[in-house]
Amino acid sequence: MNGIHDMGGLHGFGTVEVEFDEPVFHSEWESRVFCITQVLDTLEIWNLDEHRHEIERMNPVDYLAAGYYGRWLFAMEQLLDRKGIVSREEMEQRIAEYRADVRHYSPLDNSRRRWPLAPGERVRWGAWRKEVQVTPRFAAQQQVRVRNIHPPGHTRVTNYVRGKTGTIVQVYDQAWVFPDTRAHYQGENVQPVYSVRFSARTLWGVQAEADVFNHIDLSEDHLESL
Amino acid sequence: MSDKSSQEKPWQAVRIEAMESLLAGAGIIDPNRVDDIVHRYEKNVGPHTGARVVAHAWVDSGFKQRLLRDGLAACAELGIGGPETEYLKVVENSATVHNVVVCTLCSCYPWPILGLPPAWYKSSAYRSRIVREPRRVLAEMGLALPPQVTLRVWDSVSEIRYLVLPERPANTGHLDETALAALVTRDSMIGVARLSTPEHGGTRP
Repeated sequence: MNGIHDMGGLHGFGTVEVEFDEPVFHSEWESRVFCITQVLDTLEIWNLDEHRHEIERMNPVDYLAAGYYGRWLFAMEQLLDRKGIVSREEMEQRIAEYRADVRHYSPLDNSRRRWPLAPGERVRWGAWRKEVQVTPRFAAQQQVRVRNIHPPGHTRVTNYVRGKTGTIVQVYDQAWVFPDTRAHYQGENVQPVYSVRFSARTLWGVQAEADVFNHIDLSEDHLESL
Repeated sequence: MSDKSSQEKPWQAVRIEAMESLLAGAGIIDPNRVDDIVHRYEKNVGPHTGARVVAHAWVDSGFKQRLLRDGLAACAELGIGGPETEYLKVVENSATVHNVVVCTLCSCYPWPILGLPPAWYKSSAYRSRIVREPRRVLAEMGLALPPQVTLRVWDSVSEIRYLVLPERPANTGHLDETALAALVTRDSMIGVARLSTPEHGGTRP
């Protein structure tokens, strides 16, 4: 989707602010969001690509305001609610009770909770499958064009390379899952990934800086022959 | 949710406390496991891990060749690995080539090698600009690259993660591997800094 998350090349965000001696987490809530997500990732509830896509689906104003871990919190709440594991109503009730400083929380109703997941409902988190053989369509040093596509769902092909011509510099011929379809449970479509090199001039025209090359890793289905 | 002073907390803190209490109460997560992961990222994993890899590559040319061929396999020789890195590509700086890494879509980063990324790496400014005007951004961050140095910007939007192998500083022939590792900064392994000779002092982080 053409969302605010696809930031490569945008103007207007100012200078890169570097914080001296930065802590790993700036607050406890950030560490809880990140590390609870790490645990949930192992519980076969969602896959990597749908988690990323959930963040992309944020309202763009919220996306920019929430910050990195705020986006992860949003994705956690959305996915757990949609999958029937922790409902929005439960969350709002618990927060209301918390704010009211009650002595004891209302007991949880686990009868309608889709937990534990049945074997058929479990989802593999990981990023690729090594055990399958794939045959690359393209070879190193070959010129390829990035498909000019604007899918409304998840995609890992960035806007700034669409329709542009580059050179393959490395073929990752392992069986990589295709994020664009796995995010939507439309199949893993394992395929090679290619490191594609573009001259900055190809991407940014007369505004390009001299002697700069942009490299980006793209799935085979994002590329086409010239 | 032991601390009830919710009025003073950011709304995200309230929400994640509520979520954690629900997940723990329903038996879905064990908060002790969450604590362990917090501890791992705050204490155990960090740029010092990547620095060990870089220093070892500087002193062992066979290791360096293996590292450039298959980064993760070479790191495994040093007992280094973990989640969110399926494949590690190591890109080497030289007198004529400089490499810098970004993920414009979501801030992908080699967590087991460098720890969690700094806030600037995840910022809108870095993600938007480093692919379009990298020389200008690097100069603003304190790295003015000579015009004769070719610049390669790696956008890690697939599952391949990147580590920049910085150039070994001059006048470090007398240093052992541990001392060399202490010279290697996080920013040099992302590619927004180069390493200076020890006499001039390293620039942390």
